[in-house]
Amino acid sequence: MKILVPLKRVADPDNANKVKIPASGEKIDTAGLEWKPNPFDEYALEAALRLTENGQQPKVRAGEVVVVTFGPKDTETTLRAALATGADRAIRVDTTDDKLDGDLVARALKALVDREKPDVVLMGKQAVDGDSNQVGQILAELLDWPMATFAATIREEQGALLVGREVDGGVATLRVRLPAVVTVDLRIVAPQSVYSLKTAQTFKYNDGVRFAALPAIMAAKKKPLAEVKLADLAADQGLKVQYHGFQPPPARKAGIKVKDVADLVSRLKNEAKVL
Amino acid sequence: MADVLVVAEVAEGKLKKTTHSAVTFAQKAAAALGGTYSILVIGDGASGAAAEAQGLGAAKVLVAEDASLKSYLAERYAPTVAEVGKGYAVVVGTASAYGKDLLPRVAARLGAGYASDISDVIAEGSQLRYKRPMYAGNAFGLCSVSTPIQVVSVRQSAFAAAEPSGGQSPVEKVAVKAPSGAAERVEFVSFDQVKSARPELAEARVVVSGGRALKEKFAQVLDPLADALGAAVGASRAACDAGYAPSDLQVGQTGKIVAPQLYLAIGISGAIQHLAGMKGSKVIVAINKDADAPIFQVADYGLVADLFTTVPELVKGIQAAKS
Repeated sequence: MKILVPLKRVADPDNANKVKIPASGEKIDTAGLEWKPNPFDEYALEAALRLTENGQQPKVRAGEVVVVTFGPKDTETTLRAALATGADRAIRVDTTDDKLDGDLVARALKALVDREKPDVVLMGKQAVDGDSNQVGQILAELLDWPMATFAATIREEQGALLVGREVDGGVATLRVRLPAVVTVDLRIVAPQSVYSLKTAQTFKYNDGVRFAALPAIMAAKKKPLAEVKLADLAADQGLKVQYHGFQPPPARKAGIKVKDVADLVSRLKNEAKVL
Repeated sequence: MADVLVVAEVAEGKLKKTTHSAVTFAQKAAAALGGTYSILVIGDGASGAAAEAQGLGAAKVLVAEDASLKSYLAERYAPTVAEVGKGYAVVVGTASAYGKDLLPRVAARLGAGYASDISDVIAEGSQLRYKRPMYAGNAFGLCSVSTPIQVVSVRQSAFAAAEPSGGQSPVEKVAVKAPSGAAERVEFVSFDQVKSARPELAEARVVVSGGRALKEKFAQVLDPLADALGAAVGASRAACDAGYAPSDLQVGQTGKIVAPQLYLAIGISGAIQHLAGMKGSKVIVAINKDADAPIFQVADYGLVADLFTTVPELVKGIQAAKS
């Protein structure tokens, strides 16, 4: 199975410094923040690695995992890290973040899929900076491929994937015949969430994503990393969604400490009127 | 044309509450654009749900029903929604799992820009600007969509549910558009509903959430409190990761986003990730042993106490206050 995994690097919103918005509000200031791979994309990479290996012998990869990112030269760090955990090959689409929206990324990915012809595009359900949750769905429509979004479990079948999707009120299971687009939710990295045909159904993976060993990090430097110009993938680079400004969230006014349970109940009833 | 199309969400022949939030958006947007709004009810049981939609003040209610739409699949729904959407300036649904799955495919079919999970709409002349929470709720972006048709999903907790208007909109049947090849390669297998007597997290008026501090006593401590309040139960990521709570209860940026009237955070320290999921709550109560826990910075009422003795006391207090 050949799997394409789009990876975005994001400024970590969990970082203690947090994103800053200058008074002009014209852009988000990410200076000084740590870059990290979008966590949902990391989960997608982990799922892709599991689907192309035998859990007992993970180093023997059957199939190919190709990672792709959009960004300037320094985003290659993200790609090298992915290569170090087991991806075979990487592609960087040369551009800058402010020249992209979900639609343009999806269109460029479509062109890349037409070239690479993967069986599956496996990606995070959303990036934790823009929180848009749309690229996978748009890509699937542009390709006229079936999709399974918010995947919590994936079982490989002959020519298909059985995907348990995390939706409101429960889990919806779909069978998608390949090629297909799958976007993943966080529970995809639980120990028994993903099984290829090669891995015993009783095998338990480690919880979470794998880490690269030092020799693998060294070896990753020699793995192929190609550069593609965005213009070669998308002739029209117009953005369909424009941002005009940013605002910090409204601050909650500091509350009060109540002295005991009786005080709390009384305030909830008489002051907040929520009981 | 400056009209708005609401894509209703239907389950078991009824409108889901999410639809009412999208209608509230449509009322605002249509007023700004000087147009009207219609509601598209699509899927199994659509005609039953249409009767309900007729009371929501729309210019018309469009019904798309066909055996091929029995189980929801974006590949089967998107062609019809896009076909109907062609006559509108804005196509809107709710940012529920359904809307998040379906609407980007609709946008792609229409060549339209898609603004997801918006929390407000602002009219600038006849132009619409959208406010979206980004960066785990640490920033709001103001954006506009430049395509002739715009596709939008709205955050349910940010738009009050539309009330019945007392009117009765006319109903029109619309043809179901044949799907493309993608639909032939996807098959609905099953839906495993999480059976619970409690309200759904995203729709609950009261949410009681627990953190890692509850340990194995998670349900034992929280269930009586949730029962006393008729509340949904949530959990922090730490509690889910540690296995104290099932993972579908997770509240936070990567879990569920909630904004109930009352949110009780029990033994939750308040990581940014968690705050992003519940900061929109009207009244926040925090109970935590650690007086310096960040949760107290957003809580309207904080109680520094041991939760194992406090929560049972609180249950009794609430029961007494309610009776």
